[in-house]
Amino acid sequence: MAARDQHGPQAPWGDAFQVVGKPHRKVDGMAKATGQAIYTDDIQLPGMLHAKLLRSPHAHANIVSIDTQKARAIPGVHAVITGADLPTRYGVIPWTMDETALAVDKVRFIGDPVAAVAAVDEDTANLALNAIEVEYELLHAYLDPREALERGEPTIHANKRGNNVSKQVDLAFGDVDEALESADLVVEGDYSFHGSTHGAIEPHCAVAQVDAQGLLTLWSSTQITHYVHRALAHVLDLPAHRIRVIQPSLGGAFGGKSDPFALEFVTAKMAQMTGRPVKMLWTREEVFYAHRGRHPMQMHYKTAADKDGKVRAVDAKILIDGGSYSSFGLVTTYYSGQLLTGPYAFPAYRFDSTRVFTNKPPCGPKRGHGSVQPRFAFEVQLDEVAEKLGIDPIEIRRRNYLGEHTQTVNGQRITSNGFLECLDKVERASAWKERHGKLPSGRGLGVAGSMYISGTNYPIYPNDMPQAGIQLKVDRSGLVMVFTGGNDIGQGSNSVVAYLVAEELGLELDAVRVIAADTDLCPVDLGAYSSRVTFMVGNAAIDAARKLRKLVVQALAEKWEVPEQRVRLVGGFAVDLEDPERHVPSREAFQLAEARFDTLGSTGSYNTPTLGGDYRGGTIGASPAYSFTAHIVEVEVDEETGRIRVPKVWCAHDCGRALNPMLVAGQIEGSVYMGIAEALLENHDMNRFGLHAGPSLLDYRMPTTIDTPEIEALIVESVDPEGPYGAKEAGEGPLHSAIPALSNAIFDACGIRLRHLPFTPAKVLAALREKRAREAADASVSTSTSSTPAV
Amino acid sequence: MRVIRFVLNGDPVETAAPAHWTLLELLRYGLKLTGSKQGCDKGDCGACTVLVGGKPILACLSLAARAEGQEITTIEGLMPLHKSRGGSGADPVQEAFDACGALQCGFCQPGMMLSTRALLNQHPQPSREQIQAALSGNLCRCTGYTQILQAVETAIAQSTGAPAPQPAWARDRELQGQEPQS
Repeated sequence: MAARDQHGPQAPWGDAFQVVGKPHRKVDGMAKATGQAIYTDDIQLPGMLHAKLLRSPHAHANIVSIDTQKARAIPGVHAVITGADLPTRYGVIPWTMDETALAVDKVRFIGDPVAAVAAVDEDTANLALNAIEVEYELLHAYLDPREALERGEPTIHANKRGNNVSKQVDLAFGDVDEALESADLVVEGDYSFHGSTHGAIEPHCAVAQVDAQGLLTLWSSTQITHYVHRALAHVLDLPAHRIRVIQPSLGGAFGGKSDPFALEFVTAKMAQMTGRPVKMLWTREEVFYAHRGRHPMQMHYKTAADKDGKVRAVDAKILIDGGSYSSFGLVTTYYSGQLLTGPYAFPAYRFDSTRVFTNKPPCGPKRGHGSVQPRFAFEVQLDEVAEKLGIDPIEIRRRNYLGEHTQTVNGQRITSNGFLECLDKVERASAWKERHGKLPSGRGLGVAGSMYISGTNYPIYPNDMPQAGIQLKVDRSGLVMVFTGGNDIGQGSNSVVAYLVAEELGLELDAVRVIAADTDLCPVDLGAYSSRVTFMVGNAAIDAARKLRKLVVQALAEKWEVPEQRVRLVGGFAVDLEDPERHVPSREAFQLAEARFDTLGSTGSYNTPTLGGDYRGGTIGASPAYSFTAHIVEVEVDEETGRIRVPKVWCAHDCGRALNPMLVAGQIEGSVYMGIAEALLENHDMNRFGLHAGPSLLDYRMPTTIDTPEIEALIVESVDPEGPYGAKEAGEGPLHSAIPALSNAIFDACGIRLRHLPFTPAKVLAALREKRAREAADASVSTSTSSTPAV
Repeated sequence: MRVIRFVLNGDPVETAAPAHWTLLELLRYGLKLTGSKQGCDKGDCGACTVLVGGKPILACLSLAARAEGQEITTIEGLMPLHKSRGGSGADPVQEAFDACGALQCGFCQPGMMLSTRALLNQHPQPSREQIQAALSGNLCRCTGYTQILQAVETAIAQSTGAPAPQPAWARDRELQGQEPQS
């Protein structure tokens, strides 16, 4: 039975929360503060070999031959492998398995792995890489998605259609054409979003070991332990029960560690071959080429609205640059359309999204997967609608509010919705009414809104099992051990699980310890993506703890000969509510329950309800709950240099119940930072050969303490009926509207609409020149004729 | 190989390392002190920051031989050194980072906290701008720096007995009368 059927959003004992809602420290905070936390590259095993990858110097080429003889002859080299040794295709989405650990027959981007070496140390491995001889036959390289769309030969991946299309989705809801015909106003425009990457400070790393019984253990910096487990079994042709995958402490991910990667298969294979542990740590440059970051998109939008600002229809056509492999691209293509249908209601909507392959590093899910780009385009266009109709930009967003406990035009169920409160909060905090449109030239405020999923009911591989599972083990000392497959990638999911179990069982936090993301020890969870962990693992944790609580309460009620309602577990004790003098420490309560019922433990799980529209793809983007966000960005534009400065951002985010407001604020702040960063500074760009323009943390300009705006995180708690104690996601939603709010602020500051990211000084200056030219032309026209502004 | 003698987290060390090893390699792989992190190996990210003679340096850009005769502090040393001076618990910087939520993935934080420690040793009460400048060589990808700055200012406030600065989210909740304290 799924946990969602068993509890509501209220506190477990019917009144105030004991643990939830407070700014507790994280369960692993001090381990990280003291350097004790073990990350994957901190693992050093006796006799461990070091592996390196030989990568393609060409963007698109057939492999004619590979000669590894000289490399194998170098002393200290223990194994050299090529694509022929690991030929099985894999991919995170079962329908689009188009990757191999090492290239088979052809390479598809500069950096595509071709061969691997394991040696006694990295220096020897690098020496051996240089001794491998590869002969390539060069092919035409596609670097422009438009060309890849129009030209079929050569194909990057052989497909039945003989073209370079990775995925195409077109869906329509309501009568878009009628609305475009009859609406008072139609705004139409082109928008583009560039590439950006995750930039987690920990580079990808994996360590593999095969023990004397042949059991393979892989430690990996992954955010999807379960999918890596499945992929390893598939590629190595090894029964999954002979493989153990462990995620140690993880140094950031943001979606960049949610595919199975070459290093996991290669280290495992080489550990099997050599009988020695094998580690591979990617260089920062390799991390840039591994990528899986934000898809560049070219977007054409039409928005139809009536004079009162009510949106009648939205029509979108999107070209998505997928890079060289599918990754999550099938989902990306759906998300680019499916996730736009809130926080505003519109009666008609159509999108046509096409993802094409190009010979560049593969794109994938980066924080706000697939929906950050369309959100940018639409929110900038909505601002233009407001401008043309003479409606305040916040007011037009209120007028189109979707509402709560309703349905979107594409059939997604909406439960709680705190969007109006988000707008109220940022409006008040930024003094919008006093300042918007009234600041001196060059300074401005802009607003935007967005929504995002709290997990999706699409489980990547079709199955009827729970999406999240939890196991609890009780010790006679009073300690509760929590086993969860959930991946704590820094967002604090292990802490959240501990808070929930402590709340439910009335324990002090130090009596709960969490073991996570170890496939031998923990029940399956699908992983840290789509902002699903707090919602799904959280619900599973409450489910498991509630079952355990029932046993403990029953044992005490029998012992004290009182009704069960009189027994309360709180603050590390079991208490008789009507006779508080009668109480025992939790450990004694657990011992009583163990004596009464046998060895104590419990399991819990979560699965989503049946959701989504009744059409092909209708479940992709269907979520048990949606988060909502509003941003206001303050901007200063230097009209001489085109330089943009963002002194302050206000972000209000509806996360349902804030299980720990300090951690929620941390997610909001990190999201805002990342959104502003990709809008202004970062660019994951390839040159005309397909070579990365700057694959280092110096050239790829991630903001420092000095570049980052002041961020005010404001929490809205709509308390969702199905979230764990009412919680929804907080890790991805608060990125989305930061970027269009910045564009809208630039319009308020100096009257230019920036529709193409990133917002470089050159683009600002060009837009200002264009605006001045337009104004000059208008001035000369208006001196001869009087004109009426068209609406 | 080259013999190197130095003081590491208060203790004398005599060790040997290949001549081309960086200080980061010596610490992480030679001496197994893995708290210092490698984020870029090019001096761009600051995750490898350690203190040499109390000054923050990039261990990935320093040869191991640079340690000769120096006093070096790594993240592993902060708490023991604090305790050896009669302090309780961890270094106030570590406590403040933990209490303020500044440790998300935690990977950049050893370097960040050592840069902070070096700053506070030199300027016990720096301005916001001085803090930002001192930490501008340490990239963090998780926090947007907000809770890091909060943590540094909390550590400063604690050293002077002043009340800790309140974050925006807490002020906002207090306005709504819903601010619970842990």
